[in-house]
Amino acid sequence: MKGAVDPKSGFVVDLRQLKDVMSREVLDALDHRFLNKEVPEFLTRIPTTENLAVAIWQRLSPKLSAAQLHRVRVYETPDLFVDFFGEV
Amino acid sequence: MKAHLTRRYIFSASHRLHSDEMSEEENRATYGKCNNPYGHGHNYTVEVTVSGPVDDQTGMVCNLVDLDGFVHSQILERYDHQNLNLLSEFEEQVPTTENLCIAVYEIVKRGFRKAHLEKIRIEETMMNSFEYSGENGRTTSG
Repeated sequence: MKGAVDPKSGFVVDLRQLKDVMSREVLDALDHRFLNKEVPEFLTRIPTTENLAVAIWQRLSPKLSAAQLHRVRVYETPDLFVDFFGEV
Repeated sequence: MKAHLTRRYIFSASHRLHSDEMSEEENRATYGKCNNPYGHGHNYTVEVTVSGPVDDQTGMVCNLVDLDGFVHSQILERYDHQNLNLLSEFEEQVPTTENLCIAVYEIVKRGFRKAHLEKIRIEETMMNSFEYSGENGRTTSG
């Protein structure tokens, strides 16, 4: 996330709000799922880590109001990760 | 959709920081322990970041087999278990991790054609790392 530091709270984003959105929009949909069969995005797209990063961005970005989504990073292993910055 | 993909690789090598353009005293003052005559070793971690459109058919920025194959044959084969000071690129340059970053960047930039090279980042130890993104990119250390 990125944005101005709120002068009252000192936060860029309320972490509790972010955690709630993340749980509801992303984790509930993906955790312990068979990505190919149980997650709608991957009925038409291959569930690579690139496409997973894009899907997470698309789920999160419209639901975040307080600050702007800057990057989604998905680690497939400790040695391999994908960054998506919302670039078309 | 454009995405960035980063892969980490590990190799071990030794170096001695010493510049022929400085006196023994200046070298000692500049490089400290790293100027000890017999050098010392590091376990380097190299991060290669490439970018490009996510291919509609494959869902990938580039095939990891291609990237791994290139880095293994062109970077790890070249640097792993070597004395960096003896390599041609460090004949006239001090093998600092800054210069190593640039050397690795140039090899990948020149030879790897399957995706756009964004950045090379090298961790020399757990406590320091260096990045090079080309002349027009940003070079940072920390």
